[in-house]
Amino acid sequence: MRLQLSPELEAFREEMRTFFTTQVPQEIRDKVAAHRHVSKEEYVEAQRVLNAAGLAVPHWPVEWGGKDWTPLQRHIWREEMQLAGVPEPLAFNTSMIGPVIAAFGNQEQKERFLAKTANLDIWWCQGFSEPDAGSDLASLRTTAVRDGDDWVVNGQKTWTTLGQHADWIFCLVRTDPTAEKKQRGISMLVFPMDTPGVTLRPIELIDGGFEVNEVFFEDVRVPAENLIGEENRGWDYAKFLLGNERVGIARVGATKKMLAQAKDHAREITVDGRPLLEDPFMARRIAEVENELVALELTALRVVANSADGKPHPASSVLKLKGSELQQAATELLVDIAGPLSLASFAEEGSDVPDWARVATPHYLNYRKVSIYGGSNEVQRTIIAGTILGL
Amino acid sequence: MDFTFDSEQNDLREAVRGLLARAYSDSEQRRKVVANDPGFDEKTWARLAEMGLLGLPFAEEHGGMGAGPIEVAIVAEEIGRVIAPEPFIEAVVLAGGLIAAVGTDEQKSELLGAIAEGTSVPAFAHAETGTRWSASASAVTATQSGDGWTLSGAKEPVPTGARADVLVVSAVVDGGTGLFLVQGDAAGLARTGYRTHDGTRAAAVRFDATPATLLGTGGDQTAAIERALAEARIAYSHEAIGAMDTALRTTAEYLKTRKQFGVTLNRFQALTFRAADMYVSLELARSAALWASMVQDAGGDVVAAADRARLQTSRAGRHIGKEAIQLHGGIGVTAEYSVGHYTSRLTAIDHLLGDGDFAVARLARTVGEQATVDPLGAPYAV
Repeated sequence: MRLQLSPELEAFREEMRTFFTTQVPQEIRDKVAAHRHVSKEEYVEAQRVLNAAGLAVPHWPVEWGGKDWTPLQRHIWREEMQLAGVPEPLAFNTSMIGPVIAAFGNQEQKERFLAKTANLDIWWCQGFSEPDAGSDLASLRTTAVRDGDDWVVNGQKTWTTLGQHADWIFCLVRTDPTAEKKQRGISMLVFPMDTPGVTLRPIELIDGGFEVNEVFFEDVRVPAENLIGEENRGWDYAKFLLGNERVGIARVGATKKMLAQAKDHAREITVDGRPLLEDPFMARRIAEVENELVALELTALRVVANSADGKPHPASSVLKLKGSELQQAATELLVDIAGPLSLASFAEEGSDVPDWARVATPHYLNYRKVSIYGGSNEVQRTIIAGTILGL
Repeated sequence: MDFTFDSEQNDLREAVRGLLARAYSDSEQRRKVVANDPGFDEKTWARLAEMGLLGLPFAEEHGGMGAGPIEVAIVAEEIGRVIAPEPFIEAVVLAGGLIAAVGTDEQKSELLGAIAEGTSVPAFAHAETGTRWSASASAVTATQSGDGWTLSGAKEPVPTGARADVLVVSAVVDGGTGLFLVQGDAAGLARTGYRTHDGTRAAAVRFDATPATLLGTGGDQTAAIERALAEARIAYSHEAIGAMDTALRTTAEYLKTRKQFGVTLNRFQALTFRAADMYVSLELARSAALWASMVQDAGGDVVAAADRARLQTSRAGRHIGKEAIQLHGGIGVTAEYSVGHYTSRLTAIDHLLGDGDFAVARLARTVGEQATVDPLGAPYAV
């Protein structure tokens, strides 16, 4: 038992902090901190800055640009990135399809995709969920039928995040409708979004933004060489990928940043001439969330320290569950601190409402998603009850 | 940063667990023990002494083991696992801790060795009926008379106050709160013991010009008391972790075996989801408690760390204690069954030295001082 980071890790943390706060453009980091829309070009620019320094895909195999860091180093890297407001390397590229291709793809696919994926030369999107396959992903119905050297894909995907920016999609498709277990008849295909037969329809969310899309496939012809790994093994790759998705999903650094903003704004708003932060109820509410966040960060550190063998710690479900709840609690705090100012969501010039208060409610509404994606919190409770408590 | 126990610490845990498992192999044994005064088993106390646990945190030169906060945490958690009623935290961590912190060398040599041997059971007489969870005294006043002191006033509730052979008493002195030693057979000392809801004992202690000895060299000891209370709060957090762990395991086991509507209860998602939430509460609280002990070990701000651990374990203790009973159903509120006693003890722990609301109110006072909290940085790691 030892509280302090080793001097080496302290130095590592400092190195990360310095890099993120000096090398990634301030305008982009300010946008992230203000919860403002980050454009495709800005995402790409930020990721290329990271990639040029070897900081976009440290968790990949060294051969493909990884760093061979300890889990704790990765944790520090991610936390410092969030605290600095750096847009995180695109998860679809760096946490999902990249590691899958590195682990299960053939040599040709690795050479074709990995470097471009790390550098965001290819923007990937995820074709997993379908209208009737959400938490029950294995019920997916999009089909791929072999025809000569091609697969012919028909069906529909949904909740495809930032699909409007995507160059390529990695897609789970049913290749063996007769398989006894529905998980066994699924394969993973990758193809460009501009392939004939692919259409994309944006879905407007309750915050007025466009983040997710429906994607339709009508007789989309995909060359057989675009199958990742083995036919009918797609479910295994999906599980591997979703395991990666859960790593870092606690987003402690991002929530910390929101709490720091909440304190600042609660100082600016006054009630009967006194800062709102001095109101005992408000101060307690912030202190309560902050304390849970400390406990979550420490739990993440415990999980990180005990998952050195590469397998996710069973308690990682705790991180997703509580991490999403605290992200949501922080967004809710910001709305409540803004009070009536939070109504001015779409005010433009001529309004005196500060920017943070304008974005507070859209952000709060948008963040209802965090307890749904990456395995909903109900799925996490099922995992905890089943694999940890044996129920 | 390292959250793992070393092999000696693991051995200590196994040894303590083994001893307490023999003493309290089922809840019936505990019920028998707490039915009679002093509310704990003197033989078990003697065995804890033989194992060196009653001198665990004291310096070797004073008859102790010279162990640190992590070892204390391990023992406290194992006590909580079977809710052993022996007053380890009350006598060793809190009363003994105060003697170790402020006593003169002579007092330490004389008193700490006796505690470690199990021959002396001290209690800290500090709580007063008109206030709560304060670090200072107001209802007992110390008066200097010749070479010595006398105390007048009342303390209540004093855990283990009737059984204790020596009391560490906080009292008003010029310029603050002083600490005094009062012998159990002192003139003008009246003690009325009673059972508490969790099966342990407390007492009303009245002083009427009772002769007392100054603990240490005098002056205001509020800061030392605050620190000792913080260290005891951390230890209680670990006792709570042990108790919550058992309450959750017992509940999960019950859900797997109890049948209603022709199926075992774990077939009902409404119940298993609630058990999953209990696990989340427990693991977050465990992290906070372990961290607080590491802060204490590292010499960081132990008072703030204790508040953080207390807040987290208090909320978790309420959650798990209440749900453990509800998921059991009627049997959970019976005295014959174990789980309700865990809830009772968790409730007592909450109110001995401060509950979650108390802790969060203190944390709230300084919430604006730092933009972010870094549990691995200042003021926790120094």
